[in-house]
Amino acid sequence: MTIEIGSRRGFVAMLLGGAMGLALTGAAIAQTSGQPVRVGGTLALTGPLAATGMVHKIVGEIYVEQLNKKKGLLGRPVEWVLLDDQSKPDLARTLYEKLVTVDKVDLLIGPYATGAILSAMAVAERQGKLLVHHTFGIPNLAKYDAQFPAWHMGPVPEKTVAGLLIDALAASEKPPKTIAIVTSKFPSVHFLAVGARDVAKAKGLTEVLYLEFEFGTKDFGPIAARVREANADFLYMGSIGLEGVQLLEALKKLGYSPRHHYYTYPAPGPMALSPDAAGALSTTVFEDQPPFTNNPGAAAFAKAYKERAEKAGLPYTLADVQGGASYAAWQILEAAVNATKSLDDKKLAAWIHANKVDTITGKLRFNEMGNYGDDLSKVKQVQNGKWVVVWPKEAAAPGAKLIAR
Amino acid sequence: MPSATLLGQSVLSGIFAGGLYALLGLGLSLSWRFLRVINLAHFGFIFLAAYMIYQLAGVWGLSPFAAMLLVVPCLFLLGVALQALFLRFSINEFGSLLVTFGILTITEAAIQWIWTADFRRLETPYGTASYRVGELFVPVAEALTFAVAVTLSISVWALLRFTYIGKAIRASADDPDMAAAFGVRGHGLALLLSGAVAATAGIAGTFIALIATLAPAQIFSWIGVIFAVVILGGLGNPFGILAAGLLIGVSEAVTMALTAPSWAPLVSFSLLILILVLRPGRI
Repeated sequence: MTIEIGSRRGFVAMLLGGAMGLALTGAAIAQTSGQPVRVGGTLALTGPLAATGMVHKIVGEIYVEQLNKKKGLLGRPVEWVLLDDQSKPDLARTLYEKLVTVDKVDLLIGPYATGAILSAMAVAERQGKLLVHHTFGIPNLAKYDAQFPAWHMGPVPEKTVAGLLIDALAASEKPPKTIAIVTSKFPSVHFLAVGARDVAKAKGLTEVLYLEFEFGTKDFGPIAARVREANADFLYMGSIGLEGVQLLEALKKLGYSPRHHYYTYPAPGPMALSPDAAGALSTTVFEDQPPFTNNPGAAAFAKAYKERAEKAGLPYTLADVQGGASYAAWQILEAAVNATKSLDDKKLAAWIHANKVDTITGKLRFNEMGNYGDDLSKVKQVQNGKWVVVWPKEAAAPGAKLIAR
Repeated sequence: MPSATLLGQSVLSGIFAGGLYALLGLGLSLSWRFLRVINLAHFGFIFLAAYMIYQLAGVWGLSPFAAMLLVVPCLFLLGVALQALFLRFSINEFGSLLVTFGILTITEAAIQWIWTADFRRLETPYGTASYRVGELFVPVAEALTFAVAVTLSISVWALLRFTYIGKAIRASADDPDMAAAFGVRGHGLALLLSGAVAATAGIAGTFIALIATLAPAQIFSWIGVIFAVVILGGLGNPFGILAAGLLIGVSEAVTMALTAPSWAPLVSFSLLILILVLRPGRI
């Protein structure tokens, strides 16, 4: 069950819950008994990150329902205490304090986006709590020993992500010789773009343009004009959310389409569904397609996600990297509790450190810098209105390969 | 050195951005000058209109301009209702800032409740179309937005300057008691003007829907630059708003073309500070 506090829907849900009691949840928690295990966290349910926050909310609801249909945690039902951090890291910090000190939740799960996770991490460290989180993007800032990332991009993504990408392009039919790097100053994408400069140089690409723009830029016309003039073989855009689509639209208005083009953290729906985004590249650790969905658990999740996303009216209803990482975070938490048969934060953290966890994104280990392990990133590309994994070959969707323009 | 094409294209982009700024700022400026209402809800109304256009045109299949004919009267009524609220509770200028901020927040929440926080895009054939003129590309939707901004600015200026209603509005704002002595019905005019201001939000929202991908939180991203335009342009001065929009739009665009694009946001606020220092009696 999910208790969402701080929103109209949450208020209504609480009223209904109070009035109808166990009648609503009796079936779901048939195999559980005792006091609920309370898992607390925040998400960006409103504010500029809310579109992605919704994805994490849907995934969390699916997971908690699935848990309660089995035997919950330690035979007890699971209750997710979810608060809205309004996409504000400062508010996330306050709310995590509240979750620990006022709501007295048993376990914590991370918020969405790097800034909020960093805030939650500081609270978790101060309170000695375990924190498993979904989408932290700057491993060298993850200093707390009992925090564990679910999105496994390796300990030095500023080197490995760009390396993977350029290797994929080098193996394509038209390997690039020149690169234009245009990046938002949003922290978790900016440091990757800066790293990409060095990687591109080391791999023999000539940088013909490097631009930085502020997060929240509305007019991409002049930036598009500079990209067109640079006319690089490969456009690397350090972007988050809509920025990639905005640049593509501005480029189209100038009659220009980039040959190879990459976007760091694109809003999955608008990019996949944009008529201008054919061939757009990004990285992922999960998509609703084989070989990921060869795992029955992953397939069941992808199916459940699609149903919920359709019901919620989301334009893009396929589970992707955000949903996959979110689900993996819950899997880490469940695995640790089941293995230790405990809710003790120290025991749980010690177990996660010492073991690999099998998730829908792959086997995760947590013993390198920032508790990151293997880099599980894959390259995906927009093909026919869908994200398709194209690299490395062993992870590519059946028959898929990188299309060069 | 940037090429002439790059510079020309950037200036063109700045002119179109300036037109959009003017379109968004016009209603705010009129409301502030003639109603003494610092109407932050105007931004919420613009996005409410944009989402209504998205619903009517993108989901239900109307032409965006037919949809505009439905949306603008609805917004007019909303503006009248807002002013009725202000008159009923005698809300002063500073109070209006707080009240309209509340209304803005409620509007954002309502938009998210109805259309969710996910991104919405109105796909039209001309949304990303452009014409080539020599080496330059002229985007259709932006050019149309600019034309509407110029037309609206001229119309409002002419209305305020040459018509009885315009003169009455100005008189009522400058000296309500004296205007009333000459038979000007201040409350009625205020309701009418507030409706008209909200109607401009309806028009601006139509073009936001045509140009941009929508998300509820984007409402807040426009406030800073539009306030700069309104203050630079002078309250209640349609041509001033247009000129300020163009100044800021072109300055930002040229900054993006010549230096790092991340410097662009500094331009509008640097200009604003400069004007406030040099001409402090602007508000």
